Amino acid sequence: MAELETVILDRAGIGRALTRIAHEILERNKGTSGLALVGIRTGGDWLAEQLRTRIAEIEGEEIPLGEVDITMYRDDLGTRGSLPVGKTQIPFPLDERRIILVDDVLFTGRTIRAAMDALIDLGRPRNIQLAVLIDRGHRELPIRPDYVGRNVPTSREEKIAVEFDDQRQAIEVRLIKP
Amino acid sequence: MNILIKNGRVIDPAQGIDEVLDLLIQDGKIAKVGKGLQGEGEVIDATGKLVTAGLIDIHVHLRDPGQEYKEDIVTGTRAAAAGGFTSVACMPNTNPVNDNKAVTLYILNKAKEEGLVNVFPVGAITKGLKGESLSEMGELRDVGCLAVSDDGKPVASGELMRRAMEYSRPFGLTIIAHSEELSLVGEGVMNDGFVATELGLKGIPWVAEDAAIARDVMLAEYTGARLHVAHVSTKGAVEIVRQAKKRGVQVTCEATPHHFTLTDEAVRGYNTNAKMNPPLRSADDLAAVRAGLADGTIDSIATDHAPHHIDEKNVEFNIALNGVVGLETALPLTLRLVEEKVLPLADAIARLTVGPARALGIPRGTLEAGAPADVTVIDPELAWTVEPQKLQSKSKNTPFAGWPMKGAAVVTIVGGKVVWKK
Amino acid sequence: MTFRHKHILGTEQLSRDDIELILDTADSFKEINAREIKKVPTLRGKTIINLFYEASTRTRTSFEIAGKRLSADTVNITASSSSVVKGETLEDTAKNIEAMKPDIIVMRHAASGAPHYLAERLDCSVINAGDGAHEHPSQALLDLLTIREKKGRLEGLTVAIVGDITHSRVARSNLYAMKKMGMTVRLVGPGTMMPPGIERLGAEVYTDMREALRDADVVMMLRIQLERQGKTMLPTLREYARFYGLNLENLKLAKPDAIVLHPGPMNRGVEISSYVADGAQSVILDQVENGVAIRMALLYLVAGGESKEA
Repeated sequence: MAELETVILDRAGIGRALTRIAHEILERNKGTSGLALVGIRTGGDWLAEQLRTRIAEIEGEEIPLGEVDITMYRDDLGTRGSLPVGKTQIPFPLDERRIILVDDVLFTGRTIRAAMDALIDLGRPRNIQLAVLIDRGHRELPIRPDYVGRNVPTSREEKIAVEFDDQRQAIEVRLIKP
Repeated sequence: MNILIKNGRVIDPAQGIDEVLDLLIQDGKIAKVGKGLQGEGEVIDATGKLVTAGLIDIHVHLRDPGQEYKEDIVTGTRAAAAGGFTSVACMPNTNPVNDNKAVTLYILNKAKEEGLVNVFPVGAITKGLKGESLSEMGELRDVGCLAVSDDGKPVASGELMRRAMEYSRPFGLTIIAHSEELSLVGEGVMNDGFVATELGLKGIPWVAEDAAIARDVMLAEYTGARLHVAHVSTKGAVEIVRQAKKRGVQVTCEATPHHFTLTDEAVRGYNTNAKMNPPLRSADDLAAVRAGLADGTIDSIATDHAPHHIDEKNVEFNIALNGVVGLETALPLTLRLVEEKVLPLADAIARLTVGPARALGIPRGTLEAGAPADVTVIDPELAWTVEPQKLQSKSKNTPFAGWPMKGAAVVTIVGGKVVWKK
Repeated sequence: MTFRHKHILGTEQLSRDDIELILDTADSFKEINAREIKKVPTLRGKTIINLFYEASTRTRTSFEIAGKRLSADTVNITASSSSVVKGETLEDTAKNIEAMKPDIIVMRHAASGAPHYLAERLDCSVINAGDGAHEHPSQALLDLLTIREKKGRLEGLTVAIVGDITHSRVARSNLYAMKKMGMTVRLVGPGTMMPPGIERLGAEVYTDMREALRDADVVMMLRIQLERQGKTMLPTLREYARFYGLNLENLKLAKPDAIVLHPGPMNRGVEISSYVADGAQSVILDQVENGVAIRMALLYLVAGGESKEA
């Protein structure tokens, strides 16, 4: 069956969305004090890096950056099998931080649940906020993003693909219809 | 009761016969072999079949008395008949051990009353197979033992083996030697070599067999006793017997179908049905055993039919008991040797008939007029597959499960009576 | 890349890709062992039975900790406390344990092939924690993880394995795994302890320890057990130490940055001198630490089965 692909965000569009999210984060948190970014591997970690650059451009200050791998916290070992386990690297204490958790696509919310469990195992953040590039709906858990690049209404069967170049820069978001 | 077997290819190596002939049985004896014979009674059409003297297995374990859960004289002789064997020699490692008249008579009586084929009990060399003192071989001979053996165990003491040979000789008993040097066997559970190294199993080196056979052959040479070496499995053992025969030593020997068919590769996967003693050896040894069969160094094919209950095999490899059943697969595996051009058909039949008959000193294994009418009719083309559950033996421990076979006994006649028909 | 093995019976069954996946997975799990809360919920609800027919505090504890850190329920059954002593067959013991529905059985047994026996008869996964003189895959994998960490690579390294090769499951598992990773494996030990045909598995067999050590990147010493290996194998431990013991002097024959491994428990002063065991080149305690991570990786990969990622 032929798949139908539509580009819903290009490089420029992604850039504008990330810049806006960076501003919103700073505005909501009144600056960078106590802020840290944690990206969910893989995709979210690279977006978090881009967000950090933008925040540094605006505020002139690099905030701490970490990455979390949620494989160990998944709830679908039985149905999806043993996926490769990546590394969690958070080179700063989480305690009392405001954590901006970053992911590329927000879907059921289960990944975010797993990521929050992972973070809480590592310390006690002051709060956790969620930034996503795409929110495609279909939540299965009471989870809501604080910062959204774009809301994309989708059907369950459709897929969203976020493409990165080899500099780990997001360059394109595509909607794939089955 | 007469039986006329018509138009079969009669092969009798003892008389040098190999042609399409008829065979007439009268009053339990071979009456005549010839062309266009007539007779009253049952007629068996053997067109396309082989007609041979009844096969003889000089080495089986009937497990009776004492281990009837593995096999008994009824099921063991039925397995023999199904495999084309009309005579079997059963080893004394029963419980109680066949080291006395009572056990020998029990075996003979039960075989006579309930068995399907002739049973020749082998008495023990030493009391209780303990390797300490000689059994009453004279009396054993008197009640019907033709040979003595401590099979399953070697006679460890050289001195005792010497005395056994010296003592048995005047009684005309054959000594069947299970030769292995136990201190070299140690805790070994399979052939010592690359496969054992890979599987992490302790090995039994070939020298454990060769050294012991060399001793026993030399003792036979020294004492003049008649020696039959059981289950030779190594290149060296074949060579030792070959040289001894050249020197005129009274020695015969046997090889088993598993040793001329399988190598220690069969143990892979920790297959306990490939565990036996002596163990399956290397490809070199297998080739030497085949060469020994071909040149007559090895004069008998014997099964070492060793039934074991599934519970004794369905365990870790190192504690599984040694041995495999063989009565029902020996004939097709021997015919396979012929097909692989290891030896001619007549020689193959000789290894199953006149060879063991001479080793035991019995007037069988031939279709000579006047001989007991033990006859096997073989369909050499009959194709079948080994299904352990369908074996007549009580035990199913065969390493050949699932193997395609060609050839089978279709009629087995013992003393002029048809005991098995396929 | 996906992991297709239901059981881990030996390194012989593993491909180079499998081994790399296991090492990478272990590397990721290692981070947990440094945390304050050393536990993740990965195997929550899974039951792991450690079925140990041979005493082995070290391996059993390592598997137990690995299972617990992944939130699995772990139960230990040892020969002394199980019905083994009552003469129950391995099959009956196994069937009884299986009726309790474990997901994984980790088995140590003195009989080579015992885990294979179990794997053929049970539905759950079986991990071999050492069978007779056959294999000890988790030990070899933790050795490789340790070597890779210290050396930054495996390919092209030369390893000298010294001791009783005949009775060593550690040597066999390492030999299989190291050959697959492109390493050179030298074996050396007394003539009574070198099994026939081992060179056919790709090993270089040496008779002189000094030659085997020359320019080696890794030296792996095996435990010698005179009481177990029989009085006929060696004259004395003193003589063994003289010809096959590792000390500061003969270690100099290896590369200056060579590392020293020992699967433990060590006989100090016999196969390894304390100066070496506690010296700068020793990575013996790293091996123990990596053991937990490797076992976490094995439990995880076996528990989830083949990845069904689209």
